[in-house]
Amino acid sequence: MARITAGVGCSHVPALGVAVDFGKTGEDYWKPIFDGFEWTKAWEREARPDVVILVYNDHASAFDMKLIPTFAIGCGEAFAPADEGWGPRKVPTVEGHPDLAWHIAQSLILDEFDMTIINEMDVDHGLTVPLSMMFGQPEAWPCKVIPLAVNVVTYPPPSGNRCWALGEAIGRAVASFPEDLNVQIWGTGGMSHQLQGPRAGLINAAWDGRFLDGLVGDSDALRRIPHIEYLRETGSEGIEMVMWLIMRGALGKATRMLHRHYHVPASNTAVGHIVLEPT
Amino acid sequence: MSTEDPKREDIHDYLAELEDIPGTRVYTAKRARQGYQLNQFAMSLMKPENRERWKADERAYLDEWKLTDDQKQALLARDYNRLLDLGGNIYFLAKVFSTDGLSFVQAVSTMTGMSVADYQAMMVAGGRSADGVRSIRANALAAAAKETH
Repeated sequence: MARITAGVGCSHVPALGVAVDFGKTGEDYWKPIFDGFEWTKAWEREARPDVVILVYNDHASAFDMKLIPTFAIGCGEAFAPADEGWGPRKVPTVEGHPDLAWHIAQSLILDEFDMTIINEMDVDHGLTVPLSMMFGQPEAWPCKVIPLAVNVVTYPPPSGNRCWALGEAIGRAVASFPEDLNVQIWGTGGMSHQLQGPRAGLINAAWDGRFLDGLVGDSDALRRIPHIEYLRETGSEGIEMVMWLIMRGALGKATRMLHRHYHVPASNTAVGHIVLEPT
Repeated sequence: MSTEDPKREDIHDYLAELEDIPGTRVYTAKRARQGYQLNQFAMSLMKPENRERWKADERAYLDEWKLTDDQKQALLARDYNRLLDLGGNIYFLAKVFSTDGLSFVQAVSTMTGMSVADYQAMMVAGGRSADGVRSIRANALAAAAKETH
C-alpha cells in the first residue's frame, strides 16, 4: 500500500530560485538560508520518496483571471517549468504520477472534495523553488510530483479548516492506493510577507514561530485561525500558510519534528521550513 | 492565535474585516471585477511578442484593451498603489514590472514611500512590525482615546 511517510513545510520565494539558478547561494545574503536546507537535502537523499504531493499556488502563470479553481490536482504525465515573463527556469521538467493522482482525485471527489482536474499546465516558481531547495540541481528530479494548486490569490481562499480536512482526505486516499509507494506531502508558501501597498515588507517572526510550533504534536488549533488573522498578523501574502495545513492534515493525528529552520529576509519574505513525520 | 470553533463566516462581516487593514488592498471579488481587463492586460506580457509591442509603444498597446483612462494613466506612470486601487493584483502587475526589469523588492518598495535602499535595509533588519498597522478601526479608537485625555 502507498503511505505518507513525511511532510515538509517550505517557503517558495521566487528569488530563491534565482539564487540557485545563477550560483548565488554562497553569497552572504543567501548563505544563511541555504545552510538551513543542507540538513534537509541530506535527509531527502536517504528518504528517497517515490512521489511528492506538492501543495502550492500558481502566481498568474498557468491560471489567469479566466479560471480560478479553489483546489486543483495535476493528473498529467509531465509539467514543464512556466515562462513567468523572463523565460522558463532551467530546471528539469516535472514528471507526474497519473495513476496515483487520478486515484487521489477520484477518492477526494467521492469524499466530497470537488476537485478540478488538470491534465496540462506549466508550473511556476511556487512548485519548482521547493524542489530546488530540497533536491538542489539534479539532471532530473529524483521523484514523481503531483501538483496540488490552491487559490490563495482571489478572495476568499479556502479556510484553514477546509485545507486541514482536505489533507486528512488526501491521507485516506493515499492509504487506499494498492501500489507500495513512499509518498511525501509538502505544503509551500509563506511565511509572513506582504508584497503590496504602503504596508509592504511586514514580517512577524513571533507569529511565524508559533505557527511552526503548532504543526508539531497532536494539537489541531491551527486549523481554526481565521483568514483575517493571517492578514493582520503576517501580511497579505502570509495567507499562503493555509497550504501548510493541507500538509499537516495529511500527516494524521500527531507529528514529530525532524528539522526546523527560519530566516528573515529572502527578498520581501520570511523563509520558514519544517520537516515532520507522522507518529 | 485564535482558537474559536470553526463556524460559517458571514460574507458581509468577512468582507468588512478585509477592508480594515491599513495600507493593504485585499484582492476581493469587487477588485477582481474592477481590475479584470487590467490584470488580463498584464498577463498578456507573459508572451515575448506582446512585450516587444508594449515596449515599442505603450500607449498604443494599452489602447487595444478595454481599460479606463485612470487605469491607463496609472500603468503609464507605474503607480502601483493606484493600480491596486483600480483593481490590479500584485501577481499580475508583476508582469509589468518584470518587463521593466525590476525585481519584486524594487517594485514593492515604490509602494511604501521608501527608497529601495531604505526598504532593503528595513527587510534585513527584520522587516516592518505589525504593531500599529493591524487595524484601521483600532488605530482610530486609539487616536480618539488619546485626544480625550
